[in-house]
Amino acid sequence: MDKIFHLWVYLETTPLLGLAATLLVWRVAGEITQRLPAWPLANPMLISVVILASLLLATHTPYSAYFQGAQYVHFLLGPATVALALPMYANLKRIRASARAIVPALLAGSVVAAGSAMLIAQVMGAPRLVVLSLAPKSVTTPIAMGVAEQIGGNASMAAVFVLITGLCAIVMQPLAMRLIRATDMRAQGLAAGMAGHGLATARILLVSETAGAFGGLAIGLNGVITAIIVPLLANLLAR
Amino acid sequence: MLNALTLLILCQFVGEVIARAASLPLPGPVIGLVLLLTGLIIRDRTPDAELSATSGWLLRYFGLLFVPAGVGVITQLDVIGANFWALLVAIPVSTFLGLVVTGWVMQRLARDEEG
Repeated sequence: MDKIFHLWVYLETTPLLGLAATLLVWRVAGEITQRLPAWPLANPMLISVVILASLLLATHTPYSAYFQGAQYVHFLLGPATVALALPMYANLKRIRASARAIVPALLAGSVVAAGSAMLIAQVMGAPRLVVLSLAPKSVTTPIAMGVAEQIGGNASMAAVFVLITGLCAIVMQPLAMRLIRATDMRAQGLAAGMAGHGLATARILLVSETAGAFGGLAIGLNGVITAIIVPLLANLLAR
Repeated sequence: MLNALTLLILCQFVGEVIARAASLPLPGPVIGLVLLLTGLIIRDRTPDAELSATSGWLLRYFGLLFVPAGVGVITQLDVIGANFWALLVAIPVSTFLGLVVTGWVMQRLARDEEG
């Protein structure tokens, strides 16, 4: 027992444990996802977060100890965000062809999604930290986390809000599209990518490849548009 | 792989430097994205295989990269609990509005463009 205790004390102080746990749980979550029906909640990221968070809470491990190891995975978010330039470049012809429709649609959507989230939360009494962490919730996670931190929100909270937003978008997409009679697959895809980033885009890709391509370019463009707009909105709306 | 990773990290690095030097409210990696995209457009050639492969690899495991930050939610459980109702309304309603507005504008403008 004593030996095990010493081993645990040692492991707790090395970054190896957090890193190994993250990678291993990701594998397990992938296996679980494959065995589940295609629900929006059957998402390897969501499942990994739930498992790891439960483990940390159960073993009373502080997040900072876990992050010592997990930071090596976390660090790759930056280069991965830069790498979004490649799919955007690949879709450049399509972006140029309908730029006059895409840019206003994303601008309007971005302002409405971020603005309404902030207003509702503020009216319902949420503190500034929560309101600011909500602002970038429709954007792909690395950009959302960067923006949240930039404007004085909390990056972890933003990451979770982004995830919940994506799940909401998947569930609400069919109803929303019927309501506005959006039959154009470009419109459906753009809406999915704008409101529900990668999660909703991955789902709409199963419906139509055109929708998937427009979802993909909405993720990248909306990321850049939101990164510019949200700090302005935050100044305007969040007291 | 190493060359491509170096390029990506360099773009992010320059992005961070620009963001701080010009005190732009943009995250460094987003400026890095814009820099790389600009570079690709100026070069106007098919991106080399190494860059495509490395980017593809990073983006394939995008979900994994969010996990460490997502787990950070355990440090915010009290704040989220205290604002549970506000979040329960704000997130679904704003997401629905975002879907409706984007889809509606795109549907109208894309049709006009063709007509």
